[in-house]
Amino acid sequence: MTLTAIDKQLLASVADLHEIPIGAYNIRKDGEGVARQSTANIQILPKTDPNQPGIDIIVKPGTKNESVHIPVIITRTGMHDLVYNTFDIGENADVLVVAGCGIHNAGCDSSQHDGIHEILVRRGARLRYVEKHYGEGPGEGQRILNPQTILKIEEGAVAELELVQIKGVDSTRRITRAEIHDRGSLRMVEKLLTHGQQTAESVMEIFLIGKGANAQIIARSVAQDNSRQDFRASLIGQNYCRGHVECDSIIMDQAKIAASPQLRAEHIEAELTHEAAIGKIAGDQLIKLMTLGLTEKEAIDTILNGFLS
Amino acid sequence: MLELRSVSLTLGNGNGGSKEVLSQIDLTLEEGKFYAVTGPNGGGKTSLAKVIMGIYQPTAGRIYYKGEDITDLSITERSRRGITYAFQQPPRFKGVRVRDLLSIAANNSLNEKDYHCLLHDVGLCPEDYLNREIDSSLSGGEMKRIEIASLLARPAEVFIFDEPEAGVDLWTLRQLVMMIIERHHQRHITTVTITHNERFLSVADEVLLLAEGQIKERGKRDKVWPLIKDDIACQWRQRCGGEASDPDCYR
Ligand SMILES: Nc1ncnc2c1ncn2[C@@H]1O[C@H](COP(=O)(O)OP(=O)(O)O)[C@@H](O)[C@H]1O
Ligand SMILES: [Mg+2]
Repeated sequence: MTLTAIDKQLLASVADLHEIPIGAYNIRKDGEGVARQSTANIQILPKTDPNQPGIDIIVKPGTKNESVHIPVIITRTGMHDLVYNTFDIGENADVLVVAGCGIHNAGCDSSQHDGIHEILVRRGARLRYVEKHYGEGPGEGQRILNPQTILKIEEGAVAELELVQIKGVDSTRRITRAEIHDRGSLRMVEKLLTHGQQTAESVMEIFLIGKGANAQIIARSVAQDNSRQDFRASLIGQNYCRGHVECDSIIMDQAKIAASPQLRAEHIEAELTHEAAIGKIAGDQLIKLMTLGLTEKEAIDTILNGFLS
Repeated sequence: MLELRSVSLTLGNGNGGSKEVLSQIDLTLEEGKFYAVTGPNGGGKTSLAKVIMGIYQPTAGRIYYKGEDITDLSITERSRRGITYAFQQPPRFKGVRVRDLLSIAANNSLNEKDYHCLLHDVGLCPEDYLNREIDSSLSGGEMKRIEIASLLARPAEVFIFDEPEAGVDLWTLRQLVMMIIERHHQRHITTVTITHNERFLSVADEVLLLAEGQIKERGKRDKVWPLIKDDIACQWRQRCGGEASDPDCYR
């Protein structure tokens, strides 16, 4: 496999990859797998159905402390990539998955990646899942990312998701759906920064089905310039369960933000809470940092970096 | 070192009216001295500090620092020239850690040992606090101590502390007061402390009594004390049995 400088830059941005990763990996470039490696415990297989391009990632039960990297990069303008990835995390396994998509668009047609991830976290397993989105390139063409994540968390399993989009994605529509069974737990953190004319939409539906199911959803976002964000998160409690959703946004310039956390209880023992806050950077935060020698711009950067860290 | 010439400040009160908060203040602060500013609530103490720091722009008058007219300089420029200010009510920052704030204050010059010493000096355990976020999980007293630590980290020449004792429990109060006084003597700095604390008032080279936006009196503690003791001193001390010689024990 030969990677260009642009490929390497994209891989570093979305997967912190500077070399070929250790462990299992699959690198997809412009709609095709360019590098793949399975390990003794983690198998990566291309899907056979030509209508559903993508891979199956199968983690053996009991696999501990292993990682899977599955970055996607797009460097061709006008490329529309659709991919289906299916994860099967075996019972009592404990693994890290680093997904993510980087687009370098140098042309004037839009480049788009729609990733559909189906994730099954089996009984007693623990999954950490990190997905970063990043766009760059001098072209006029739009950089579009529409990820869908569909999770099933079995008894006593734990999933921790971190979804980050900090730069360069013109339009995104993110859908996340999760089913949580007995004593299963989901913790999801979404961090988003939009600027220019960008738009971002995130819709989440979290079903707390099992007894003792637990979900904690945290969304932090910053909207700058003329960008728009729309965030809708529903928690549906159908058993003795606990759920909390929190959306916290900083609004700047002429941006527009809508945040609608929604709670639906369908069981008397469902305990659901939400918090939502949108506000600009407080004047005394800026002033404080300026009395410590920062310029106003440096103070804003410090506040935003902290907020999204 | 720092000179205010005929400085006045008028602030809007939010419903169309306005109020003169500082009225023709003439004040010279000398290098290396310790000043205590005291007086009733609403007297203009915080406003005076903010005018010096550049947070409020005076309506009239000029401010000079080391001979330079700094009236039109920004907060950042004043800070970089050596003036710094600890807020009466420090703001919180989601996601920014105590470590980050100290590092910014020190112009990124701290090593691991420095961080530990700074927190230790204000009575916070470095292990517990260094990586804490400066958010609503911290109490008012913890915020004050972090604020003071960040100022102590700063390589400044004029330090303004706004009621550093407020909200800090009695156990740590004495240590905090000693710390600020000790630092003042160790380094060749000018310290202005807005305070009602008797120990600060006692050690100050000069106490300024600020009321109704004017400096009503200035001099050693014994000169100013009779004018303010009814407002500040503890009237319950005899009954509670506290020692009259303990200057930190006050309401
Ligand atoms: N930002 C402001 N806008 C309007 N009025 C203010 C503002 N800050 C302070 N004031 C008013 O100025 C006066 C002095 O306030 P301050 O300087 O905070 O006094 P002190 O610190 O001595 O208690 C008070 O009457 C207060 O209400
Ligand atoms: Mg005050």
